Amino acid sequence: MKRVSIYLMAGRDTPELAAAAVAAGADLLEIGFPFSDPLADGPVIRLAGERALAEGMRTEACLECLAETRARVDVPLIPMTYASILEAYGYDRFREAAVSAGATSFIVADLPLEAAPELPRVQLVAPTTPEERIRLAAERTDGWLYLVSLTGTTGARENVSSQLAGLVERARAVTEAPLLAGFGISTPEQAAAAAELADGIVVGSRAVEVAETEGASGLERYVASLRRAVDTVSPAVA
Amino acid sequence: MTSLDTGYFGPYGGRYVPETLVPALDELERGWREIKDDPGFALELAGLQRDYVGRPTPLYRSERLAEGKSVYLKREDLCHTGAHKINNALGQALIARRLGKQRIVAETGAGQHGVAAATVCARFGLDCVVYMGSEDMARQAPNVERMRLLGAEVSAVEFGTRTLKEATSEAIRDWITNVETTHYMIGSCVGPHPYPELVGELQAVIGREAREQILTAEGRLPDAVVACVGGGSNAIGLFGGFVDDADVRLVGVEAAGAASLGTGRAGVLHGARSSLLADDDGQIADAHSISAGLDYPGVGPEHAFLRDSGRAEYVPATDDEALAAFHLLAEREGIIPALEPAHALARALELDAELVLVGLSGRGDKDLATVLSR
Repeated sequence: MKRVSIYLMAGRDTPELAAAAVAAGADLLEIGFPFSDPLADGPVIRLAGERALAEGMRTEACLECLAETRARVDVPLIPMTYASILEAYGYDRFREAAVSAGATSFIVADLPLEAAPELPRVQLVAPTTPEERIRLAAERTDGWLYLVSLTGTTGARENVSSQLAGLVERARAVTEAPLLAGFGISTPEQAAAAAELADGIVVGSRAVEVAETEGASGLERYVASLRRAVDTVSPAVA
Repeated sequence: MTSLDTGYFGPYGGRYVPETLVPALDELERGWREIKDDPGFALELAGLQRDYVGRPTPLYRSERLAEGKSVYLKREDLCHTGAHKINNALGQALIARRLGKQRIVAETGAGQHGVAAATVCARFGLDCVVYMGSEDMARQAPNVERMRLLGAEVSAVEFGTRTLKEATSEAIRDWITNVETTHYMIGSCVGPHPYPELVGELQAVIGREAREQILTAEGRLPDAVVACVGGGSNAIGLFGGFVDDADVRLVGVEAAGAASLGTGRAGVLHGARSSLLADDDGQIADAHSISAGLDYPGVGPEHAFLRDSGRAEYVPATDDEALAAFHLLAEREGIIPALEPAHALARALELDAELVLVGLSGRGDKDLATVLSR
């Protein structure tokens, strides 16, 4: 069964939004810990991060949000953030605090794969990543490999990147780790197209946007539409 | 070649970038290592530095600035385009050409690097996009016009602080998106490896010339070498000429409201670990300076290392102190400096040293509106 991962920015409503996303069929959740200068993010997540910071979502508040979310859902929870947050908090201390708040792994968008081996995390590979680095990333990754489906920042696009198929092929050649494709996937059609290639999808910007404008019930409908689209590719086996 | 085996100055530097960029940084590093050892490149760069930039720039002994001490000014303000930024832009244009990249993206604060980038792109027939915070575009309007005249597209950055920090983030995001066709022409000795080293080496011409010139003029080395530090490229270039001369004091002068080295903490910004203005949570703080070129919460990793090792010292100068030095140089020597090196001058004049060499990194035409409005 193909997996659906949903990204939500940490905030007051996140536990409720997370519960809605899981009720609609999300298999895992990424919780954004906002950073003032997020290099990998496009406008939607960048602005959501700015709002979250303005509302006081600093590291401790994000950890509390994580714990409250954990109390509502049973799926894997993965904080997604930037190195500066961990530098300030301390890598070991951050790992321990996040795990005790319910984190199952981590994603750090600007931490190169060679850095901080003491922090087990989901590694990212991109269309520009050469084979030997994909192999290394797959060896070190924690559970699954995050395929950045395009050269660019996060955010919705017209079509699923033409670079994804080649990236999936190159990754399959070197690893058996599950491959989840993200960046530029927002519609159910795109979710289905990406799920044809990869083992699952990650949706961030559009989910953040829907949560912002339509709340938990809107997010539930949206995630359900992604779930259905992905399941047409690979119906759940009883 | 892996990211973390190289590119560190003590605990600072490295490559803290999204994975998409890592292969491009590897490619840049390989290209740079090849070109650096290529006699053809050295010859072409030296020829352009002489005939296009106007190097060597003079080392001028100021007669009327300070009683009882000799103050020498390294006149980078006399470079083509009016600042030391051209030294770096020219070298990087040659590298981009070697790498087969036809499109250049750059960030700019005061506009001096943007103008330098636009200039070399015109000279080499490269497409040029310069990201600039809208706040900086307002206070450095003449440089915006110059960039456009030179054929560059100036892209306004309308979020966050609307200054150099956001412009740099946006230039990096453009590079992530267009990495196959584009070279990122970073303007200072900041950013992911190999940029701090590469920019430092391209600016080292300042220190090499200055050392030779002061020896010729005075028959001895200066007691102190002083330069302003924003990202720190003119300082790293000037210090490079004297860093092995243990008796020469190296003094970097930061804007008091942007003292990444004086009041900062270790953190990660724009691809490198360095000393930054950041809060307890690692969120980057806003910098404040009258000088757009120093208005940046980060600094090159090599400066953080030189600070920790004690080889260089870093001191602040306030807006008002810089303005006073700006007027003093204009009135006493007939030289209108940029506000950035006016910070260096302010501290240099009060140093307890007989023979002082100051990096005059750029000229002040761009700052007239700012100064006259005070």
